Amino acid sequence: MLVRLFPDPLMLAAVQAGVTGVCALIVAYLAWRWELRVEREIVVALGRGLVQVVLVGAVLLFIFQGPFAVGVLVLGLMIGVAGHMAARRAQGLPDAFRVSVYSILLGSGLLIGVMVGLGVIETRLPVFIPVGSMLVANSMTTVSLAFNRLRGEVDAHRGHIEAALALGASPHVAIMPYVRAALLASLIPRVDSLRSLGIVWIPGVMTGMLLGGSHPVQAAFYQFVIVALILTGSALTAMTALLFMGRRLFTRAEQLRLR
Amino acid sequence: MVDTEGCVPLLRAVELSRVVDGKALVQGATFTLYPREVLAVVGPSGSGKTSLLRLLNRLDEPTSGTVYLNGVDYRTISPRELRRRVGLVMQVPYLFPGTVADNVRFGPRQAGIILSDKAVEALLARVGLPGYGDRDVTHLSGGEAQRVALARALANRPQVLLLDEPTSALDEEAKAGIEALLQDLLASGEFAAVLVTHDLAQAARLAQRVLVMEAGRIVRSGPVKEVLRAGSAFP
Repeated sequence: MLVRLFPDPLMLAAVQAGVTGVCALIVAYLAWRWELRVEREIVVALGRGLVQVVLVGAVLLFIFQGPFAVGVLVLGLMIGVAGHMAARRAQGLPDAFRVSVYSILLGSGLLIGVMVGLGVIETRLPVFIPVGSMLVANSMTTVSLAFNRLRGEVDAHRGHIEAALALGASPHVAIMPYVRAALLASLIPRVDSLRSLGIVWIPGVMTGMLLGGSHPVQAAFYQFVIVALILTGSALTAMTALLFMGRRLFTRAEQLRLR
Repeated sequence: MVDTEGCVPLLRAVELSRVVDGKALVQGATFTLYPREVLAVVGPSGSGKTSLLRLLNRLDEPTSGTVYLNGVDYRTISPRELRRRVGLVMQVPYLFPGTVADNVRFGPRQAGIILSDKAVEALLARVGLPGYGDRDVTHLSGGEAQRVALARALANRPQVLLLDEPTSALDEEAKAGIEALLQDLLASGEFAAVLVTHDLAQAARLAQRVLVMEAGRIVRSGPVKEVLRAGSAFP
């Protein structure tokens, strides 16, 4: 129906974005009715997301013509922003921004580097930037989940952690059960998405390749590559972030900071 | 370090203070604990009793002042070693998931010592729970859990045991049982103890000396009979 009204592909895409935006606004309304107090956040996030992604599209048009170094720079910036966003969910965990950035760099950054070296990820910018950004974005979500859960675990088990310290345990021993719980909680969505791959959902990359006319089996293999990389990168990032953060929760005299 | 009474202090707190967000939780606390002694800390809630106790095993950092353990500034002792020597039993037992024996073995294991079944059983017998080693901690009553917490702290063979309202979370019957057990353990003279309690009668029954705290300060101290007879200024 829309195709007939808007024959220009760019215009059509904009109208399609408008329609789906309205659908998402219904969620904001429902959230308000449920008194979730996130409706403002949803509306702002929607608007922000739309502006950001369209801007990125415009910028990409320009960037894709640049050298590989530009791609590295873009991913570096994305990691910085991702660290900032993950830190916002850290609810007072110390040094959350730095820990997030370091761990995304060490987890996903390193993985991207190795995969580029092996030739799994192409250095052509139209491949390198979107694939890299998917890894970074998923690492960010995983770190957010991990921090959020860690904070909750520490709040719920402060007594146990201090009981362990009081018995002469190292901070590492005292915090490990809760670091483990946070890691598990942050990885479950990734494992689930790998398990249901293709059956419950045909994810972004494959959809894109199919839309672009690629061979379905080739598209499927490449989608697996992406999801497997996301799982690996997210897991390495979350492990690094939790180990760093676990240590920062204690003072040098081995006292729990968050009281 | 020998003090005027000719007795070597086991633990000596000097001008201990802790200030958090501009609020003084503990202010200039100075006192001495002698070997085999039981010192009670009493005072209204919010007077800083627990805050003071947490400074003694350095679970919190003093803003100023320090503690000498056997004459040694405790900031020069590693926190883990310090906490093995100055044990703590909290108001709530906070047992770790697993069996009673797992909990009793926890402390020594941190120092690389694996307690034998016999050693675990001996500790459990001391706290009145013989044969409880294999039980899962989720099936214990409040009083039993607090006994396990005591056995767990004793497993480290502490020189000083810090007791933070050890009976206040228990019902009357369990409370009497734990108090009788504490009386036995304290009478053994194997360790000295600092007992935080809001129960003056309990302080009188268990301790020889008492510190009275108000608004973070020690306002009175002395032999338990003298101080508590002088009348209490708090409900």
